[in-house]
Amino acid sequence: MTGAYLDDLDRFKATYFDECAELLAVAEAGLLRLSPQNIDLDEINAVFRAVHSIKGGGGTFGFSQLVAFTHEFEAVMDRLRSQQIGVTTELVDVLIQANDVMARLLTCARDGLAVPAGLADASASDLKRFLQKDASGPGAPAPAPHPAAARTAPAAARSFVIYFMPKSDLLLSGNEPAFLLRALKRLGQAEVVCDMGRVPPLFELDGESLHLFWQIALTGTTDEAAIRDVFEFVVDDCQVDIVETTGSADGGEEEAFGVFAENLPYVPPGQLTVYEAGAVDGAQAAPARPEGGGAGPGSGTSAGGGGLGGHTIRVDLDKVDRLVNLVGEMVITQAMISEQLRDVPPGTLQQLVEGLEELSRHTRELQESVMAIRAQQVRSVFSRMPRLVREVAAQTGKEVMLATSGETTEVDKTVVENLVDPLTHMIRNSIDHGLETPEERETIGKPRSGTVHLSAQHRSGRIVIEVADDGRGINRQRVLQKAVEQGLVPAGAALSEEEIDNLIFLPGFSTADAVSAISGRGVGMDVVRRNIASLGGRIGVHSTPGVGTRFVLSLPLTLAVLDGMVISVGEQRFVLPLTNIIESLRPRRADLQSVANQCDVIMARGEYVRLVYVDRLFRIDGAIGDPTRGLVVLVETEEGGRLGLVVDEVLGQQQVVIKSLESNFQRLDGVSAATILGDGRVALILDVAGLQSMSRNTPARAIPAAALPAA
Amino acid sequence: MATVPSAALPAVPRGQAGPASAEEQYVTFTVGTEEYGVNILSVREIRGWTPETKLPNMPDYVRGVVNLRGIIIPIFDLRARFGGSQTEVTKRHVVVVLQVGERTRGILVDAISDILTVAHDAVKPPPDIDSGLIDQQYLSGLVTAENRMVTLLDVTRLFAGDAVEVLASHPIQIPHQAQA
Repeated sequence: MTGAYLDDLDRFKATYFDECAELLAVAEAGLLRLSPQNIDLDEINAVFRAVHSIKGGGGTFGFSQLVAFTHEFEAVMDRLRSQQIGVTTELVDVLIQANDVMARLLTCARDGLAVPAGLADASASDLKRFLQKDASGPGAPAPAPHPAAARTAPAAARSFVIYFMPKSDLLLSGNEPAFLLRALKRLGQAEVVCDMGRVPPLFELDGESLHLFWQIALTGTTDEAAIRDVFEFVVDDCQVDIVETTGSADGGEEEAFGVFAENLPYVPPGQLTVYEAGAVDGAQAAPARPEGGGAGPGSGTSAGGGGLGGHTIRVDLDKVDRLVNLVGEMVITQAMISEQLRDVPPGTLQQLVEGLEELSRHTRELQESVMAIRAQQVRSVFSRMPRLVREVAAQTGKEVMLATSGETTEVDKTVVENLVDPLTHMIRNSIDHGLETPEERETIGKPRSGTVHLSAQHRSGRIVIEVADDGRGINRQRVLQKAVEQGLVPAGAALSEEEIDNLIFLPGFSTADAVSAISGRGVGMDVVRRNIASLGGRIGVHSTPGVGTRFVLSLPLTLAVLDGMVISVGEQRFVLPLTNIIESLRPRRADLQSVANQCDVIMARGEYVRLVYVDRLFRIDGAIGDPTRGLVVLVETEEGGRLGLVVDEVLGQQQVVIKSLESNFQRLDGVSAATILGDGRVALILDVAGLQSMSRNTPARAIPAAALPAA
Repeated sequence: MATVPSAALPAVPRGQAGPASAEEQYVTFTVGTEEYGVNILSVREIRGWTPETKLPNMPDYVRGVVNLRGIIIPIFDLRARFGGSQTEVTKRHVVVVLQVGERTRGILVDAISDILTVAHDAVKPPPDIDSGLIDQQYLSGLVTAENRMVTLLDVTRLFAGDAVEVLASHPIQIPHQAQA
């Protein structure tokens, strides 16, 4: 039994840490938006609640250091929300730091690590300073009228009947009715009646659900606002009706129950159990969570994972992946059947054809819905960026405003996760290189504060993310000069503006003369480009001098499927990712040249592009192998290099489900993965970067020198 | 070409030798004139031949890959693996789908012949072969069934440290995270 209990506890802990991650994000987001110019009480309250919840859970699991620190944090937040202290830049900084410390303490607690000595000390003493300060401390703006301040001081005892009707999942959000009842009791004399009428029969009971309602008769020198405050944390999880009963201000202890009974507007059906308020505690409230329902001690604090928002469930990612795979299979099978049915003479098997059309519609819908399960809003990434902007702005001494849009755009979880690094880098870049200093901006008539705009949107089956700044734009002269200095571009090369802009993606390129804290550390835009490419995406840059720079990322919505072009080489068919393809062409003999008798090149778009004979690289027999009779597919690698793949034929565009070759076999050079085509056969997905490195190692010439035009 | 077992050989460890059971079952099949057996516990299924997709730059005995209900498995040509020529595949050829550790792989054989129940003490040690093509460790032993000699294969060893793995010379960038 102990083992089972421990399992439960571990599960609760895991849920607690999951929730803490969300709460930390809420707190951070709220704090980052907080400034002396922007005081939003709802936001402050949200932060307070987040900190409070983290503290509460931490206490349950006995994370004493976390609790001690969070207590200070909470106390400052409490003073802030009750307007006892004002919002200053300094206070916001202290709070943001406190949030960081809280996050680190949580990490220690989660991983069972000892808290590093002194981790919380500085932050805690900062917090304490604000607890000692009185409301009229320096820098405190005149407090705005607080709703709570409008409370009239209760002059005499008043009586209320409170109907407390929690939703059945109240316990799942970590709230304990007994605490609320106890808090009410502190406001005055309270009689609590528990309504058990909605408790289902024992065998239908779910131990994590709450089916009890309470009526509380309260008499004391209090007011409705104070009572509402008690329920502040559970407003979303319960219904609370408060009725002031008149003429009972002097109701004594003995008479209280009588008053209560008389003034009760209704008595809900069912059995009434009466608890004396003073004695209500966890143990007595226990019938709300019957034993045998699987809920062990402590379940009231954080039970199960289902309570978040009430509309979501946490599911093991493996299960979702399995579902995604199965649907992928189904799509392929469906395509197979459709393909075979195409050979059926028209007019025959009409019902089957119609049925199959119906099926394919459903299959598509099913696929979309299943993919949607893995989809996540980009909000989770975007929400980290204000923090970053703040830091980089501070480091560079620039004034920056971050505008975001399209946070609710959804994309596959894996894609979202992989967006963090590239976005971080691009935003750093935009602030560091793009934006001018406030003084410079003023001189040229721009607002002191620069703007970085981060946006996301869906565009033709892909997600497009833009990072735009209104800074100085790319200094093309300097970029070109640097590129020449670094030997990336031959001196005197005539490059178009677009080509110069794209130089920043070259490996090794950096305009920074010195290594600063922000850039010049060798992590350049080439890494960003590679990251994006590894997700099957592309990145582009558009810049206008003096007006700003815009980076545009285009990414697939999921990594499970890919838009590909099916090509044939000999008897074999391959899939080429559409993102790599520039164009396909059939060159004339005169377009072909040989370089040092080592390789063949083709002049395409003003550039000599090396030809790669796929049949030779892969040793495929029976292929055409002659670009003037087959086709050259012009492709671009992630590093920006171009290749001309010599293939027999381009068969058509198709969306394919990506399958691993490695899970049962191994990696292959020039091949990234495999897929299953409509006829059930396997086709390999070509890896352009791999083909490029293979072709470097194996010089391939196909055209006899005699066939080439005289150079 | 039955080989005479040499009694002087040290005992070769057997992949599937369970301590408890005194006998094990083997699925046997023919490749040319020889008969081989694999432990029935590693056989996932036996299926007819379906055209394979060739893989680039692979040795003869790697026939290619096929689609096994959505997963992609490699097919090894056992005749070529043991130094023969690549099998001329007909409709009667079969693929024995094996579960080798985490991996699923197929071997192309001529025909399934039998399921043998073999007592442990009936398994003779394999002969000392060092042809360069086949390591004797791939063999877990020899048994006699109705006057035929059956070579028992250790599938784990057959695919472990295979020359195929070595061919993956330089690492390539995988542009897409593949879903199994």
